[in-house]
Amino acid sequence: MKRVQFERSSIPFLFVAPQIIIILVFFIWPAAQAIYQSFLLEDAWGLSSQFVWFRNYKDTIFSESWLQAAGFTIVFSTLVTFLSLALALLLAVKANEVIRGASTYKTTLMWAYAIAPPVAGLMGNLMFHPLIGDLYKFLNAIGWDFNHKLDSFDAGFVVVLISVWKQVSVNFIFFLSGLQGIPKSVLEASMMDCKSSFRRFWTITFPLLAPTTFFLMVINITYAFFETFGIIDTTTRGAPGGATNTLVYKVFQDGFRGADLGGSSAQSVVLMLMVLALTIVQFRFIERKVHY
Amino acid sequence: MKQWNWRLISTHAILIVGVIFMSLPVWVAFATSTHSAEHILRNGLQFWPGSELLKTYNEVLFVDGGVMKSVLGTTMLKNSLILGFGFAIGKVIVSMLAAYAIVYFRFKLAVPLFWIIFMTLLLPLEVRIIPSYEVMASLGLLDTHFGLIVPLIASATGTFFFRQFFRSVPDELLEAARLDGATAWGFFIDILVPLSKTMIAAILIIMFVVGWNQYLWPLIMTTKEENYTLVIGIKQIYQILAEGGELPQYQKAFALTILATLPPVLVVLVFQNWFVKGLVESEK
Repeated sequence: MKRVQFERSSIPFLFVAPQIIIILVFFIWPAAQAIYQSFLLEDAWGLSSQFVWFRNYKDTIFSESWLQAAGFTIVFSTLVTFLSLALALLLAVKANEVIRGASTYKTTLMWAYAIAPPVAGLMGNLMFHPLIGDLYKFLNAIGWDFNHKLDSFDAGFVVVLISVWKQVSVNFIFFLSGLQGIPKSVLEASMMDCKSSFRRFWTITFPLLAPTTFFLMVINITYAFFETFGIIDTTTRGAPGGATNTLVYKVFQDGFRGADLGGSSAQSVVLMLMVLALTIVQFRFIERKVHY
Repeated sequence: MKQWNWRLISTHAILIVGVIFMSLPVWVAFATSTHSAEHILRNGLQFWPGSELLKTYNEVLFVDGGVMKSVLGTTMLKNSLILGFGFAIGKVIVSMLAAYAIVYFRFKLAVPLFWIIFMTLLLPLEVRIIPSYEVMASLGLLDTHFGLIVPLIASATGTFFFRQFFRSVPDELLEAARLDGATAWGFFIDILVPLSKTMIAAILIIMFVVGWNQYLWPLIMTTKEENYTLVIGIKQIYQILAEGGELPQYQKAFALTILATLPPVLVVLVFQNWFVKGLVESEK
């Protein structure tokens, strides 16, 4: 809050009105609808519905397909988060070390940020295409009996690879700006105390990057949960047999393709709670535990 | 001396591998898009450009039925530009106004309103897909620019970004402006907006990319081909490839990925410094 402010009047309401109205109509209303519908069971024609308390939750969340999707989502987001962070950190540290070509490296490593997930998905899809995809042929040539249309591990491999590829650049940008924010004097002092650059990195640089890393973890988990929708929709579409369904993709599938409103809404509400948990972690835990 | 050399070489080697990993797929996509479908089917992906560049892109962009059933590539390009610019500009206006009210005015509802804005972070589109569609359908907003753009611009990121920035503006400015008899609107337009120029530029660039790359929302909101953006065209071409047919037009699929990639990538490359600044600051 500002020390100096304008006097009380109705003007501020005019300024916030556009945003608040849009939020009420397009955010709060649909979300409330989702919560309301999650307690309803509609008949097959959508003509009548009855209030069934938590039955939709029980039916969907304990269903095999939801548990499968939940399991895949956990493995998938852990892998995507860890791999894309590790790769980006390695590249950022190296890009921060070089003097020659530094800006060229920086540019060529970050521009993939601008590529939309479904575009990355289609590119990857074609690279793994059984007829024309060189990656598909290559993996089979080196003795991996690779078929992502039939094998669920191979399908998972494809979506993880594309999702990591798409996310490296964002992490790289943040890590690099984090590294550049570390005072030179700290690094010079550590050079006198410790010869091994490997140990210097883990004892000095990495702890100083902790706020960036934790922040990026939240961003990456959110990305793996939600934004990978476009990648999955243009590669495996949850196939084979729902093995690469994330929770978000399943909400979409059940709601639009399966027309199961109550079940899809119940899943949405569960996802809302997950986002809420993530946000609380982000604001409480991280802000306090990580030393700047 | 020798050890130092090895270190430098390995550093460059790692970076070069990274650059290849990040760039090669896009290069291959471009190179392959310049060959004929027969050639691709026979020889797989291509690493060097072929002779069909003009033919492919001409068909995708300007020929009726060249890539989609009834929509031209240029129409999709236009729709993408409208979405990208509309989203970026709308977002800046709405979030600047809201941030201004929250930072510069003392009013009773400031705190609850702030929390309503904050709540948007908890409600990403993905958790309210189906009811959002129903709301839009009942308001008759499907297949309209308004329905496509406006619901996207209300999320909190932009507002938080400007809130942060306004708080760092010295209080003396407002004191001085008030002594000169500035109104609330006058202070905003004559002092705050010019002061925020770099911030506005940075956020415009980020938001253009974000808007251009929207997928799920336009997917729900557009039912007619004439309203497709390039990114939505990606889904259609996926469908066409999946269905098979006599000879899948792989080169056009690749051309579409390149067309959907080029404008946001150019924006990021040209305005690189602003872009990085906006990204790093807005996520804080």
